Amino acid sequence: MDYENAEKILEVKHLKQYFNVGKSDEVHAVDDISFDIYKGETFGLVGESGSGKTTTGRAIIHLYEPTSGEILFDGKNVDSFTSKQEKRDFRQEMQMIFQDPYASLNPRMKVKDIVAEGIDINHLAKDDDDRTKQVEDLLETVGLNKDHSSRYPHEFSGGQRQRIGIARALAVKPKFVIADEPISALDVSIQAQVVNLMKKLQREQGLTYLFIAHDLSMVKYISDRIGVMHYGRMLEIADSDEIYAHPLHDYTKSLLSAVPVPDPEFERARQEIAYDGGQENDGKERHLVEIAPRHWVRAADDEIDMYTQRAHEASLIHD
Amino acid sequence: MDNENNILEVRNLQVNFKTYAGDVKAIRNVSFDLRKGETLAIVGESGSGKSVTTRTIMGLNASNADIASGSIMYKGQDLLKKSEKEMEGIRGQDIAEIFQDPMTSLDPTMKIGRQIAEPLMVHKGMKKDKAWAQALEMMKLVGITDAESRINDYPHQFSGGMRQRIVIAIALINYPEVLIADEPTTALDVTIQAQILNLMKELQDKISTSIIFITHDLGVVAGMADRVAVMYAGKIVEYGTVDEIFYNPKHPYTWGLLSSMPTLDSSGDELPSIPGTPPDLLDPPTGDAFAARNAYALKIDTEQEPPFFKVSDTHYAATWLLHPDAPKVTPPAQIVERQEKYAKMQQALARAQQTTGPVEEEEEQQ
Repeated sequence: MDYENAEKILEVKHLKQYFNVGKSDEVHAVDDISFDIYKGETFGLVGESGSGKTTTGRAIIHLYEPTSGEILFDGKNVDSFTSKQEKRDFRQEMQMIFQDPYASLNPRMKVKDIVAEGIDINHLAKDDDDRTKQVEDLLETVGLNKDHSSRYPHEFSGGQRQRIGIARALAVKPKFVIADEPISALDVSIQAQVVNLMKKLQREQGLTYLFIAHDLSMVKYISDRIGVMHYGRMLEIADSDEIYAHPLHDYTKSLLSAVPVPDPEFERARQEIAYDGGQENDGKERHLVEIAPRHWVRAADDEIDMYTQRAHEASLIHD
Repeated sequence: MDNENNILEVRNLQVNFKTYAGDVKAIRNVSFDLRKGETLAIVGESGSGKSVTTRTIMGLNASNADIASGSIMYKGQDLLKKSEKEMEGIRGQDIAEIFQDPMTSLDPTMKIGRQIAEPLMVHKGMKKDKAWAQALEMMKLVGITDAESRINDYPHQFSGGMRQRIVIAIALINYPEVLIADEPTTALDVTIQAQILNLMKELQDKISTSIIFITHDLGVVAGMADRVAVMYAGKIVEYGTVDEIFYNPKHPYTWGLLSSMPTLDSSGDELPSIPGTPPDLLDPPTGDAFAARNAYALKIDTEQEPPFFKVSDTHYAATWLLHPDAPKVTPPAQIVERQEKYAKMQQALARAQQTTGPVEEEEEQQ
């Protein structure tokens, strides 16, 4: 990924997404996060359950009204779309692939109608023949057979269903795809198939991905850059190789140290690093600071030196 | 029992499920041993039969299950010949299970103290006060903080990780000889998973139980298992010590599983994947069930089922590639790397033995 000339496709600015505002059970699911996604890259969002990664994805595709903050897609504020046409265009350009391939396909619809729903709504097919052809092409693109088009979802395996979900997302020729845990419900041998398919489609169609997952090794594999979320906050953003090799934030270190590796010798020597979440809630004001080139860490003013020191030790910065 | 070190011996187990479409041959002739104090991991994809195997041991199969053949010997008795009443005495007492989903395996309307104490009252006829006192001890042992005040709480008042600790406490309260853990950490976050796995290792040392650990996560297997059995389409296709399976795998399915998992330092454009999907067990293919997805398949794989070939005293694999007449093939690059690492480890071990004289048999060679 060449970031020198990269263009931003998505800018998230101070996004806050609160639920039950004003009530005793007010939840700050996403608490003031900012990040950008560049055209053609895969941005991985990782974090544990409850970290706000799924809420962030849903806020970006505008399934929620943000409590505050801005989301700019192609330079335009997502919240400002008023006309039906603007909203429809936005939904066409941004699509989503869901986690559960069993729950996200309507069991009463045939595959061809599931895939073509977006084509129909956006009037992308000239006539019935064109519609059929588009559907068959899409099925072929995702590695299914055109004979599959008149079947129902229950006739397919989990991996095949996820392919149908991908075909449905691609049907409206999106620029930006949010994939929320797209492979976590699949078997190991099938996960690799789906990830390879997503990478191939990205190369061929110039797609931009927001890849949300908790499986850290798979996220690293598919992502160019990664953001780590915890308690609704973004704690660290960096290139995926760098964040894995040289995590700067204590939470990222702790998270990575807990990932089981399929190597018995490594596992026997593994030391987990504990993380005390309390240090984020000591009342200090923190924001993302660029500690090393394109390596951002959430830090208070008096912590910047410490992180800079860590970056020096990891040879991320030289002077 | 064939071997006095074994706590459980499964022999020639075949389980079919009767459905409207026909018999699903879920377990097709599975045999394995569980040794005293060891952790045996069973890995495989969904539908490979790993959960059916353990449910058969527990006597918890669905009513349409038909155990066509086999025996499960536990302390000299065949569990398959036990009545339902007798199995009730064994479950939760001698053999206990930790289930995958801590959200659904606890009773939401019952205080957790009672749920943990229940096996004591049922199996040992213990009085409530005494049972609750032991439940409290067990809660402390599995790391539930503030156990005294939390013993009267209900499951929904706990986080997922804490609930799984409660499930473990229930399973261990009677100090079972055999513990079956069916994907015990799959529903948990990685940091919580690490805590639970460490807890299980710690408790295994304390109460010297034998564990059958079922999972699809090879990373977890590498950290937990002494021995590993790989299942595919209702059969065990390879088994050996954890080092033999991870560093010197012989079955192409094990190769595929190991290489399709990205490690934290893998990169590149294409992840090696196993093409296709597992076979339909309503009508299992003749020969090697993996042949259709196997890039290394030989002609004989579609005709005749491979027997187990011996790799070492502890390591067996059911693939024709190990037949003396089979062509020599080069496994995927990642597997070659693993084998090279293994060779180095073996050399280092041999050198260490030469310098220090013959040592006791290696721990993992047990």
